[in-house]
Amino acid sequence: MNVYIARKLLALPLILIGVSMLVFIAIRILPGDPARMMAGPEATQAAVDDMRVRLGLDRTVIEQYGQFAYGALKGDLGISIRSKLPVVAEIAQRLPYTIALAITSYLLAILVGVPAGMAGAIFRHGWPDQLVMLLAIAGASIANFWLALMAMNTFSVNLGWLPLLGATSWKSYILPSITLAVLPMAVIARMTRSSMIEVLSQDYIRTARAKGLPAASIYWSHALRNALIPIVTIVGLNFGSLIGGAVVTESVFNWPGIGRLLVDSVRYRDYPVIQGVTLVAVIGVIVMNFLAEMLIAAMNPRIRLG
Amino acid sequence: MASVITNSDTGTRHRRRALRGMLAHRSLIVGSGLIALIVLLAVIAPLITSYDPYQQDLMQTMLPPSFDHLFGTDDNGRDIFARVIYGARISLVEVTLSVGLAMIVGVPLGIISGMTGSYIDQAIMWCMDILFAFPGIVLAILIVSVLGSGLVNLLIAIAIFSVPVYARLSRNLTLGLKDMEYVEAATSLGISKRRIMTHYILLNAIGPIIVQSTLTAGTVILSAASLSFLGLGAQPPLPEWGAMMSDGRNYLGLNVYMSLFPGLAIMITVLGFNILGDGLRDLLDPRK
Repeated sequence: MNVYIARKLLALPLILIGVSMLVFIAIRILPGDPARMMAGPEATQAAVDDMRVRLGLDRTVIEQYGQFAYGALKGDLGISIRSKLPVVAEIAQRLPYTIALAITSYLLAILVGVPAGMAGAIFRHGWPDQLVMLLAIAGASIANFWLALMAMNTFSVNLGWLPLLGATSWKSYILPSITLAVLPMAVIARMTRSSMIEVLSQDYIRTARAKGLPAASIYWSHALRNALIPIVTIVGLNFGSLIGGAVVTESVFNWPGIGRLLVDSVRYRDYPVIQGVTLVAVIGVIVMNFLAEMLIAAMNPRIRLG
Repeated sequence: MASVITNSDTGTRHRRRALRGMLAHRSLIVGSGLIALIVLLAVIAPLITSYDPYQQDLMQTMLPPSFDHLFGTDDNGRDIFARVIYGARISLVEVTLSVGLAMIVGVPLGIISGMTGSYIDQAIMWCMDILFAFPGIVLAILIVSVLGSGLVNLLIAIAIFSVPVYARLSRNLTLGLKDMEYVEAATSLGISKRRIMTHYILLNAIGPIIVQSTLTAGTVILSAASLSFLGLGAQPPLPEWGAMMSDGRNYLGLNVYMSLFPGLAIMITVLGFNILGDGLRDLLDPRK
């Protein structure tokens, strides 16, 4: 266990360095002069030169990366071209909205996905199973922005039940959360089903049945424990796909989170913000993956000793 | 010949195995049927509809579905049915090119990594881990923001974020294959390492790699449509499904058909690839 954790821990900084280098280099190989972009189209040559020195662009690339990495470690990701605010402040203002959306959609995905997967396993090959599997494979095949548009058209535009855009009240959470929950819900249902099927074929379940334990208690006591691995896997290891989904969902619903900030920044060519949001998103994914791997290893000795 | 089944379980197990085989079989038929249908529609698009997907008719805008216009018309009076059918061409090209590009780069990297080991292996896998750490869409947005929006750059971006999948898979397959006796035999016969990689490893690894490509094809279509929807991929007036919905988004409540039908087309295509991939995987998975 300790060796496993130590190896994973040692790999972390290497990946972080690589990720930050990739983000740094991507922005540097852009066509155009960042100093001119930062200074604005009407700036004089002197102002552009001044900006170049301020941004450290007159130094070597290695020095620049060092400066960028040092700044990032101190929590300084530069200044937004569009808003002239520090990138960190922009992200800090938007991040809570993304996190809130992530939590509500994960809760929804778990509350629906786990029972659905259990039902599929219990009534294996029966109609509940077929229905769950059909919905799960359909859920994994839907473009989430299409679902969002259809839901908006029905519930916001035609029926007027729910707000159309933005984050104004608790009602604003309903459609974005559902949209974002569909994919993890489908994956959780499938994983719960297959891990339940595996458990139900074990000898100790047969023993429990032979002892005359009621079916419901067998399912709940063993299912709940075995549902944990799919949940941790989806929430932790597939966190990246949630972030990807959030980028699209937030843009459709005009949600004030970091996903929409990223898309807007690309439109305005606001490179410091693109760089900052990307870095924060990837670090979030890396940390979630790491935590999930540790949790899964703790739950499953076959992995941690293997 | 009479045989007595002493263990009642054997019968159930046989029946289960047969059932699973049939399910895999059914997935294969449904999945490949759907994909074949979409490919066919894309190829014979001009025979199915007489409308030009780019032809505007400003007298006929925002029409609901009718016998003349099966899916109605959009804000520029273009026939939505024709655009959806021609859109299948774009999506199929997207999948083929970006998955192909990702395989051309990823598979050799994985095989080299698995065959050589040591620091080359570690360096390649480090690069793959870095790429893999990015959420696909976020990496694609970063790349598109550098290269500029457009269909070709979008395909490159999707290929780049798919490379680690193929590199990792090929490396794992190589590690399993390189200790096989027939590879050892080839090595002792003095066959060059390069030939072993192409003729002994690659040819045996290609099956699982193709299954993987089918399983990821759906994700590729969804990612490409998402980025086009965000305005970062295919640009108007291309009848790309995601880009069409980006137009349709402005007319919710007035004309839902502009978004409804391209989205359905995406769902059916992705569903086809997912069902096919599931069937292929079940068929090839030795554990089952």
